[in-house]
Formats: sequence, structure tokens, C-alpha cells
Amino acid sequence: MSDTAERVKKIVVEHLGVEEDKVTPDASFIDDLGADSLDIVELVMAFEEEFGVEIPDDAAEKINTVGDANKYIEEHKG
Amino acid sequence: MRRVVVTGLGLVTPLGSDVETVWANLIAGESGATAITKFDASDQKCRIACEVKPKDHPWGFDADKRVDHKIQRQVDPFIVFGIDAAGQALEDAGLTDMDEATRFRAGCSIGAGIGGLPGIEEQSIVLHERGPGRVSPHFVHGRLINLISGQVSIKYGLMGPNHAVVTACSTGAHSIGDAARMIRDDDADIMLAGGAESTICPIGIAGFAQARALSTNFNDEPTRGSRPYDVDRDGFVMGEGAGVVVLEEYEHAKARGAKIYAEVIGYGLSGDAYHVTAPHPEGSGAYRSMEMALRKAGLTPADIDYVNAHGTSTPMGDELELGAVRRLFGDAIGNISMSSTKSATGHLLGGAGAIESIFCILAMRDQIVPPTLNLDNPSEGCAGVDLVPHVAKKRQVRAVLNNSFGFGGTNASLVMRQVD
Repeated sequence: MSDTAERVKKIVVEHLGVEEDKVTPDASFIDDLGADSLDIVELVMAFEEEFGVEIPDDAAEKINTVGDANKYIEEHKG
Repeated sequence: MRRVVVTGLGLVTPLGSDVETVWANLIAGESGATAITKFDASDQKCRIACEVKPKDHPWGFDADKRVDHKIQRQVDPFIVFGIDAAGQALEDAGLTDMDEATRFRAGCSIGAGIGGLPGIEEQSIVLHERGPGRVSPHFVHGRLINLISGQVSIKYGLMGPNHAVVTACSTGAHSIGDAARMIRDDDADIMLAGGAESTICPIGIAGFAQARALSTNFNDEPTRGSRPYDVDRDGFVMGEGAGVVVLEEYEHAKARGAKIYAEVIGYGLSGDAYHVTAPHPEGSGAYRSMEMALRKAGLTPADIDYVNAHGTSTPMGDELELGAVRRLFGDAIGNISMSSTKSATGHLLGGAGAIESIFCILAMRDQIVPPTLNLDNPSEGCAGVDLVPHVAKKRQVRAVLNNSFGFGGTNASLVMRQVD
């Protein structure tokens, strides 16, 4: 697993209180990990902090799965 | 008329995080006060408090027992304490698994005096230092006072009245009184009622200290700071935690064979109409609140065995309350025991009236009244009243009066009695 994916997983586990093995690339934040829309806002803020990236609202809206987050961060981090 | 009884209890306090631990410590004369550990208080005038103890302490609180990890991260501690105490009360009452029809008739009335001050303080700093885009999306609903009632209703599916009182230090008593009326008026059969608080944070301690409300002379001897009625009292010691009771319509409780602790028979309310922080110099608001509660209960002062005083350990408040009790009770004052359990728990502000109502109920259950700690030299106005100094006292306790008075000049009194 890439360094980015590891760090994303850690943030998701901490924020949503889910088991680590549930945080797979295919897992949907809302359908599989029990997040609501505000949890996603908070996760996006945590990703921005951790990786020093900016994730605008229109991009954040397209982040539905853990894999989507990994991909966006890989493509945009400094 | 529909009667209202208590069928479940829940406590999170500086003396423990379940009812029996708290009560055993209270009766044993333990104090919950320590130097403040939650933050560096070295620059504060008041450096002591009664904190809820951490998980690894024998009296400690384990938030994981009843509150989801995600919610713990999102909300202020007063909400976590409130959810846990509500859960304890429901478990005690045997009501964790209610059918839908019952849940339509079950509600919440759990308030707080101040609400999420630590989170407001912390997020204000985030706003100031890092800008609006870094403020938590959970900021608002993680700090709101009615969010104990909100969270508890969601967790347990309670679809009856959803209410939250905000009357400073009278909150807990008003919450129980209001909820009892809702059951009496047939709005609900079951109500979770009580209060919570957690404001031991820099702005909370500084704010109360600047209002000259906190004890500042006992920073080196924390357990001696809360000393109601004592000549050396110099302000209250802040506490934190929550108290929640299950109130239930009497026939409803009887029909399901519930354990019945007590009956709520009188509720009095009044306003001082005098000053925002100072009590009325004649204690007239306190008097009228107690008088109304007794009248509604259909009792006379001679029927009351125990008074759990508001008694916060402030120089003015304690004796004004005692003077009002003296005038109301007349000769009957010789028969009562009156103690301030804030001497042990500190002042839980919005939670005080709720935990103290529970202490009143346990006093009736066990026929013992908890002590007023640190009452070494009672002040002049205390003569002839049994203030239960230092040690708990075995005695007959059939009916009790609980007082709570708050900033703004808001007063609430509850009368409860044993049920045969």
C-alpha cells in the first residue's frame, strides 16, 4: 500500500471509528463506512491538513470512496 | 391525576461514573476535588476543580461504554456525559428495548446551564489563527445544549417530547420538574430528565473567577475548597458531569413491574427579579420556590426530613438560602437534616439539580443523609440547624426537598417522597 493510502486509512479510522480492514479502496464513505455529509466535510479538511493540498468543494463532492480520496491526493499533493 | 415516579438513575460525577460508586463515595465523605489537570491553570486565580476522573482511575469514566467513538470526537464532553448518564438510567429502568408504541410516548428533557464552552473556546482559536475554512463542520451541533436530548433520542429511538432547559444552575431541577409535568399532562408516559455540564476550561474558570464566584483561597488544599456554611468559605469549586433520571407515569411503571425509587410530588419555580448574579438579600425567591413546591406536594414543612441545599459555598448565597429555609420551616427546622453535597462533588452547574435529586432519592432508599464536608466552623446564621457536618447520618427519610438557584435569579425546588 502506498504511503498516501496508509495515511488516508489512518485518518478515516480515527474520524469514523471504523475497523481498519473495512477501509478498502472500494469502500464508500457513506454506504460502507457510516459517514454522513458533514463527516465527509471533516475528512476532507483532515486530508487537506495532512497532505497540504487544497480540495475545492466541487472536487470534494466527487470523492465517494477511499480510492477516490487516494487518487485525488496522489494527483494533487505537492 | 397522573402520578409521576422515578424508575431509573444515571450518574457521571467527580466521585464516580456509576450510581453505586458515586453514592458510596459520597456517604464515605470522599471529595472529588483536585488541582486542575485538564489544562495548565498556573495563571488562573482558581486552580482547583472537581473533574470527572479518567478511565484508569478507580472512579474513572469510560466514554467507550455507551458513546460511539465518532460522536465522542464531534461533541463537547457535557454531551458525552449526558448520553452516558441517560443510558445508565434507561438500563437501570429496564427500558433499553422499548417497542415503537412505547417509544412514541417516551421523551427527553436533559439540559445544561452553559453548554459547550470548551469547544467554543477551542474553535474560536481555530477561527482566529487559521480562518473560517478550518472550523469544524460539527462545531454547532457539537456544542448546543439541546443536543444531549437530541443524541439520546436518536440513539434510543425516543419520539416523545424533546426538550432542553437552560436556566444556569437551576437547569437540572427545572428539567426534572418540567418533564414531570409533561407526564402529568399526558404528553408522555416516560421521560429521561436531568442535566449535564463540563466547563472546566480556561475561559470557563477565568469567567467564573472574574465574576468572583469561585474559591481562590484553597489552591494548595483542593479538597478543602468547597465548604458550604463554613466561615472560611470563599466561593464554589467547579464540578462537571451529568445526572439523568427516568420519570414514568405511576400506573405505567406498576404495570410493567418496574422498580420504583420515589414519587415526584411537588415542583416550585420563581424569579428573584433582583440581580444577575447576587441572590435576593431576603432570599425571597428561594422562599417562594420552596413554598410552591411544598404547596403543590400537599405537604407541610413538618413532613420533610431532608433538604439537599443549593449551598454552593459562596459567602452570600449559603446563608440567604438557610434564612429562607428557616422562615419557611419555622419550628419544623429542628426536625430536618440539610446538607450540601456540593462540598464533595463541586458545583455541576446545569447538572447540579439532577445529581442532587438522585442523592435525595438514594437518601430515601438507604435511610441515610450525605454529609456537608469541611464544615469546621459553621457561620453564625447556622445555629440550630442540622447541616450534617463531615459524616453521613443514619435517619428516617420519607420526604425530601431539593433546591437549585441560578444566575439571572432563577429558582427551582422539587419535593419527592417514598412510594409504599
